[in-house]
Amino acid sequence: MKVVVDEDKCVAAGQCVAAAMDVFDQRDEDGIVVLLDENPPAALADDVRNAAAVCPALAIRIEE
Amino acid sequence: MSIEDDTGPVAHVLVVGASASGLTTVEALRRKGYTGRITVLGAEPHAPYDRPPLSKQILSGAWEPGRAALRTEEMLSGLDTEFVLGDPAVALDPATRTVRTESGRELSADAIVIATGVRPRVLPGQGELTGVHVLRTLDDALALRTDLLAGSRLVVVGEGVLGSEIAATARTLGLEVTLAGPLTGPLALQVGPLVSGLLAELHTERGVQLRLGNGVVGLTDAQGRVSGVELSTGEVLPADVVVVAIGATPATEWLADSGLELDNGVVCDSRCQAAPGIYAVGDVARWQHEQLGRLIRLENRTNATEQAMAVAGAILGEDRAYEPVPYFWTDQFDAKLQVHGFLPADAEVDVVEGELAARRFVARYRSGGRVTGILGWNMPKQARQRRQEIVDAVPSPAPAR
Repeated sequence: MKVVVDEDKCVAAGQCVAAAMDVFDQRDEDGIVVLLDENPPAALADDVRNAAAVCPALAIRIEE
Repeated sequence: MSIEDDTGPVAHVLVVGASASGLTTVEALRRKGYTGRITVLGAEPHAPYDRPPLSKQILSGAWEPGRAALRTEEMLSGLDTEFVLGDPAVALDPATRTVRTESGRELSADAIVIATGVRPRVLPGQGELTGVHVLRTLDDALALRTDLLAGSRLVVVGEGVLGSEIAATARTLGLEVTLAGPLTGPLALQVGPLVSGLLAELHTERGVQLRLGNGVVGLTDAQGRVSGVELSTGEVLPADVVVVAIGATPATEWLADSGLELDNGVVCDSRCQAAPGIYAVGDVARWQHEQLGRLIRLENRTNATEQAMAVAGAILGEDRAYEPVPYFWTDQFDAKLQVHGFLPADAEVDVVEGELAARRFVARYRSGGRVTGILGWNMPKQARQRRQEIVDAVPSPAPAR
């Protein structure tokens, strides 16, 4: 699974972090998404799909 | 996978409403393994799109309209769902679970999800004048943008989230902007006097004229085009363009004869169910929030998503109360505000991180000694990290004796 984030769409809600904290973080200064792992392991796949689903700005795209 | 609710197996789900909450319901059903039939009925002709950018990037022109689309065509077809667009629902018969549309279609299903959102409130006489706008749909945003580019004086009626964002966007487009409304500051109702005061300073610094604290009684016009906004004081604010952003009412007119309880939205239980096999989601839903102990209706983007996931679960037999800690954000000029939980009007407000003067801080809202809300101003990560304080503050049930 490959994860792509769109920093321009990101509204800094941080819901992705709550859903998959091993894959997403927020920048300290402005809360914009930081992708920690663009090829997360299969064990985290559900959490990552959930993160993409809950993002209120639809800034996370998953290529399976 | 076929599933049963108390009305029998669900093989067809009809979602009435093709915006964020409707689409998320569909996606959640598929992600949870539902393989039955799904139909989405939408009043607007557009493929599902996101509303928050309408008052910001779409209105300013920073984004082309297509960028507001919720999903690509490819992703939508991957949902194996029939989309019937541009055909509003006009009636619902809960006994037969049938929805009739404006064009005369009759759609029946085993489970129906009402996701029809809200309709903007308008001022008396507004509909007869050109140059007066509401902002709810993509078409509204594009029509407003056209008028903003042609005009020079905008008056925004309504000092809430939407009105304030529109005022900020229009100001960055170079118009003279006046913000009018009955409350004392921008977002006074949503964030309280301290933060509202800071927003007032910000808008004023950026050249927005604030004419707040007086009711707006009507519009003036010349030859059928709006010419001004009249305040309760008698003063008229001259305008080439007016936006009315005074709130919205749930779009439940089409349910008038359905027999469902309608009271500031479709009334539902704690599982977002309005009647057997009938659910409501998003801006239109008024449901029993168990932790708060009352009915609540939330008009924000994150609830559309979260509640849709809850409704999809309920359809598939999950039995869980929907008790979210609400969240909304607003971006105005260079201020990004993030609000978690509830900010009651009489809350004690303390700055717990950062500084007001630096315009970078997190504020904690307490009511009755308990943390009920967290507000971040340009500190979104830190605000999110404190969200747990709200969750932790919920009193646990008393131990059994």
